[in-house]
Amino acid sequence: MSEALSRVEIDYAGGERLTMNMGPQHPSAHGVFRAILTLEGETVVGVDAVVGYLHRCHEKLAETLTYAQYPSIASKTDYVAAMTSEFAYVMAAENIGKINVPKRAQYLRVLTAELQRIASHLLWLGTWCMDMGGALGGGATIFLYCIRERELILDLFESLVGARLLYGFYQVGGVRYDLPAGWGDTCRQTVSHIEQRIGEYESLLDGNPFFLARARGVGVISRELAEDVGIAGPLLRGSGVAFDLRRAAPYSSYEDFQFTIPVAPEGDCFARYRVRMAEFRESIRIVRQVLDALPEGPISSRPGLKSVAQIRIPKGESYARVEGPRGEVGCYLIADGSAKPYRMKWRGASFSNLAVLPHIIPGHKVADVVAIMGSVDPVFGEVDR
Amino acid sequence: MTHEEAATLIGEHFVGAQVQGGSPLAVTVPVDRWVALARFAKETLGCRFFAFSTAVDWKDGGLEVIAKVDNLDNQLSVLMKTRLGTGVSACPSLVPVYRGANWMERECYDMFGIRFEGHPDLRRILLADDWQGHPLLKSYAVDTPHPPYR
Repeated sequence: MSEALSRVEIDYAGGERLTMNMGPQHPSAHGVFRAILTLEGETVVGVDAVVGYLHRCHEKLAETLTYAQYPSIASKTDYVAAMTSEFAYVMAAENIGKINVPKRAQYLRVLTAELQRIASHLLWLGTWCMDMGGALGGGATIFLYCIRERELILDLFESLVGARLLYGFYQVGGVRYDLPAGWGDTCRQTVSHIEQRIGEYESLLDGNPFFLARARGVGVISRELAEDVGIAGPLLRGSGVAFDLRRAAPYSSYEDFQFTIPVAPEGDCFARYRVRMAEFRESIRIVRQVLDALPEGPISSRPGLKSVAQIRIPKGESYARVEGPRGEVGCYLIADGSAKPYRMKWRGASFSNLAVLPHIIPGHKVADVVAIMGSVDPVFGEVDR
Repeated sequence: MTHEEAATLIGEHFVGAQVQGGSPLAVTVPVDRWVALARFAKETLGCRFFAFSTAVDWKDGGLEVIAKVDNLDNQLSVLMKTRLGTGVSACPSLVPVYRGANWMERECYDMFGIRFEGHPDLRRILLADDWQGHPLLKSYAVDTPHPPYR
């Protein structure tokens, strides 16, 4: 109490600085995140972001697990888009070991990664709109709609993998499961249904003056700041940079598919919203193309594993990166020829994206902090790793 | 600019730098040229995107600091490396060149105990402030409990 009081500075011009603690259990944090805000009246003038509450030291853990064991642990970094981090890890191992991935497995990887992007964006839209709740005329409406649609994708994953959140679908050399009978038709119906719903969300939001007031011109990130801090994904494209790894450095046969890269130049919350809404449709486009062109053949270039130490990766290093729902998810892997990596580094997209907050929040009102946080879409499993 | 042209340019400006081709372009420089290399990558090669920075503990070979930067317009990627030397844990900070290095170097300090000279705010970031030791060092045992217990 006394410390809190000693932090109030009053000067004779009538200005007052107050330190306010937000989190670590604030609903808008979407996890555990603490922001220590310095306020002048209602305006934020300084932010100290405190992260690390979910730290499990994945990078040390990876040094103790074999190349076959870690992929299913990798999904626990970004648990909202578990497919993405598994993808980066197995790609890094395949690059070093020069392990071939069959065409069908590459397509299945693209298919699941794009469905995952839709599921992840649905969760972002729902939670973000709930953060701004009352202003949108009915608190949890959009949240419940989005969760309802996300369930359909989780159902698809469940019938494919057996798990709804953390999959372990990717393995070095391919994927673990093939599509069950009739899965493709269900998938087509699901994405058509979601495509229709996205139009519904837009009709609720695009013309909503309260939503526009909360999102337009708020949390502007300039192109220069975006690159300097290293933010990626929809944030970077919302700041006018047409950079998408699926186009810039295609992996896993992304060059076979037609899609556009949505870009918005304004750099505010509304631009990030527009980019993600367009990405829904592009992902659905890719899913349909994969289902149309899915080649026959094996789903893994490696025989079934008899023991977890069976995969040997030769000495070498590689940085593999994939375009996750939140941007560049990278895995920097150093192999020493044994059954386990010598060193593994995660470039978590959320970690870099969150690092921009101290640069953009000052000057905004406290209520805008909530809107900006939501538009960044951080997943704290990935920030803290 | 292609990776070959960038490799030639770096070779001209940084005598003694080891450049390995391919994408990303891996460049190793002595630690006193570390900031100069980053500035060169940003201003001359146009690599304005700060992807990540980290370190590797090579046991007897000492610590190695690594940073990756990209040019988003022409897909040029440079993986910068420097060896600090055995027993040395001080390295100049890249924060004056890239603001993205701020959190990344804090994480590096947290995990490896590397003191980044010139960093404006070198505190632990992921572990608690009273944590003992730096977990990603190879000498940090993974199978014994470490205080503080929580």
